[in-house]
Amino acid sequence: MAETLLSVRDLKVHFPIGKGLLTGAKGTVKAVDGVSFDLKPGETLGIVGESGCGKSTLGRAILRLTKPTAGTVVWLGQDFFGLDKATLRQARRELQIIFQDPLASLDPRMTVGAIIARPLRTFHPDLKKAELDARVKEAMAQVGLAPEMMRRYPHEFSGGQCQRIGIARAMILRPKLIICDEPVSALDVSIQAQIINLLRKLQAELGLSLLFISHNLSVVRHISHRVMVLYLGKIMELAERDAFYANPMHPYSKALISAIPLPDPKAERARERVMLQGDLPSPLDPPKGCRFCTRCPMVQDVCHSTEPPLAPRADGRLVACHFV
Amino acid sequence: MPLIRTNADLAARQAATPILSVRDLTVDFKLEHGMMRAVDGVSFDVRRGEVLGIVGESGSGKSQILMAAMGLTAINGRCSGSVTFEGEEILNAAPDLLDKIRGSSMSMIFQDPMTSLNPYMRVVDQLTEVLVAHQGKSRQEAVDIAVEMLERVRIPGARRRISLYPHEFSGGMRQRVMIAMALLCRPALLFADEPTTALDVTVQAQILDLLNGLVHELNAAVVIVTHDLGVIARMCDRVIVLYGGRIMEEAAVDDLFEAPRHPYSQGLMAATPRLDDNTAHDLRTIPGSPRALVGQINGCPFAPRCERRIERCTAETPALLRGAGGRAAACHLVMP
Repeated sequence: MAETLLSVRDLKVHFPIGKGLLTGAKGTVKAVDGVSFDLKPGETLGIVGESGCGKSTLGRAILRLTKPTAGTVVWLGQDFFGLDKATLRQARRELQIIFQDPLASLDPRMTVGAIIARPLRTFHPDLKKAELDARVKEAMAQVGLAPEMMRRYPHEFSGGQCQRIGIARAMILRPKLIICDEPVSALDVSIQAQIINLLRKLQAELGLSLLFISHNLSVVRHISHRVMVLYLGKIMELAERDAFYANPMHPYSKALISAIPLPDPKAERARERVMLQGDLPSPLDPPKGCRFCTRCPMVQDVCHSTEPPLAPRADGRLVACHFV
Repeated sequence: MPLIRTNADLAARQAATPILSVRDLTVDFKLEHGMMRAVDGVSFDVRRGEVLGIVGESGSGKSQILMAAMGLTAINGRCSGSVTFEGEEILNAAPDLLDKIRGSSMSMIFQDPMTSLNPYMRVVDQLTEVLVAHQGKSRQEAVDIAVEMLERVRIPGARRRISLYPHEFSGGMRQRVMIAMALLCRPALLFADEPTTALDVTVQAQILDLLNGLVHELNAAVVIVTHDLGVIARMCDRVIVLYGGRIMEEAAVDDLFEAPRHPYSQGLMAATPRLDDNTAHDLRTIPGSPRALVGQINGCPFAPRCERRIERCTAETPALLRGAGGRAAACHLVMP
């Protein structure tokens, strides 16, 4: 068994809301509310959920880009939240992130070469120009960008190419983990496929671990080893990929999968759907008991009063539901 | 419930007179650095009771087709060709005529409800405006009709919530308000531009169901523009695949998904990750990226990215050839 790369325990991120001068805090949004999981080297964990489920906040809190309220993150045996600023900076070399909007996450006034070199220059200020250039070219080649494009600016590139630049920038420090926050959501289908294949290739060749945050369950299926389903800041189900897609157990997982229209008209017409009623409840005021109880087709009295624990099932997956 | 599409149904529908006919529609935009052709000679028909899907990637011109038909092309745009609604020419028509048609028999659902509802107006005023102005209803009658329509799109507490402002609704609820607004005049023709793209999947499923039921009931003709092949499969009877402002392929929905013939349609389908797919292999990709539409080009717009390209493809634009079963394709290498 490989050692654990990342170990997250009972992570919580709460945001105070409406903190006015006279009124004080009106409440808290519990964006992430007690999330625990482990990640092994070379593993991709897909994190899925709808808007407001806390998936992006979870990714940012692991990197400490957002201050967590409680919980621990252990990175290679080291308590990440206990680190002082200087040590945290050093440790962050090995954890990188790529963002959803490829163009907005690149400085428009910097050349592509400078953008990609930036992390390397920050951590190795003594590197010679020739060496820096060589590493930039290597990173560009890795993500399928022609090294001649080094001197160009981000606006000269298409969305897919900008995302490749973002990936090259994340790769240049040779990290062990990349957090991918909706990396293909802004891209056209034909480009999305190129980026998914690229991430798959980098992972297989370099043994990278990925936390792949996405609302798109079809994309997640193509890249993940395990899948985590979040709903209003809590894990509903955490399972091996194939087991999950063959037989989603939590009623919310079932509804999510059945809501996605398949690109196949005959299959679509034959499909039985689990249709959810209503919208996501406000994260300011999540339902008591099970958070999914207001929309759950299997809801019983106990769901309104008692929160189900995230408990292991026969095949090893974790499900938070009283009735599966 | 999904629409029932028997061959007899489809055949009967094809025999009916089209409600909307688009012929050789071309839309050009004047930009700082020259002219850009967004739509390049597009022709199609839509009949009542039929849902036509237009699928394409960004820059394919799919939204501009709807904007031109609605008379909403931006000020730097110029449309040519012909768009007839129930036999009447509406392309570049006078504002009076367009206002009359848009308020009574043709309407549109936009992608982003927050930017297409007026944030300063209560929902009730936005909804009743069209009924008072076009159908001569009294204010009270109009409010009753509007409340009923909000109930139809399943907005809970419609009578109370109709007095709210758009920002007081969630994204899914706002999209319902837009659908209610578009259907209020019981249109014969409905355009929907990425109607569910901004929504979460569980809400998207509700909205698509709702839309399906309502257009079926009104026996309206519908044109849905989307980049999502799943939405096409779920909603449409017939599909147009658009690339670089031109129609690449047109077919009945089952035919297209069963056997796409144009290399671009084939590439698009193979590149789409599927929920029910085996994941051992890489996704098929289309090399390069969608072309930036500047100036006019010779040849097939997809040629630079096409793996089956021959010399003729870059020299001569393939015509859209129509074949049996309502299929059409624009490619030198395939017969429709």
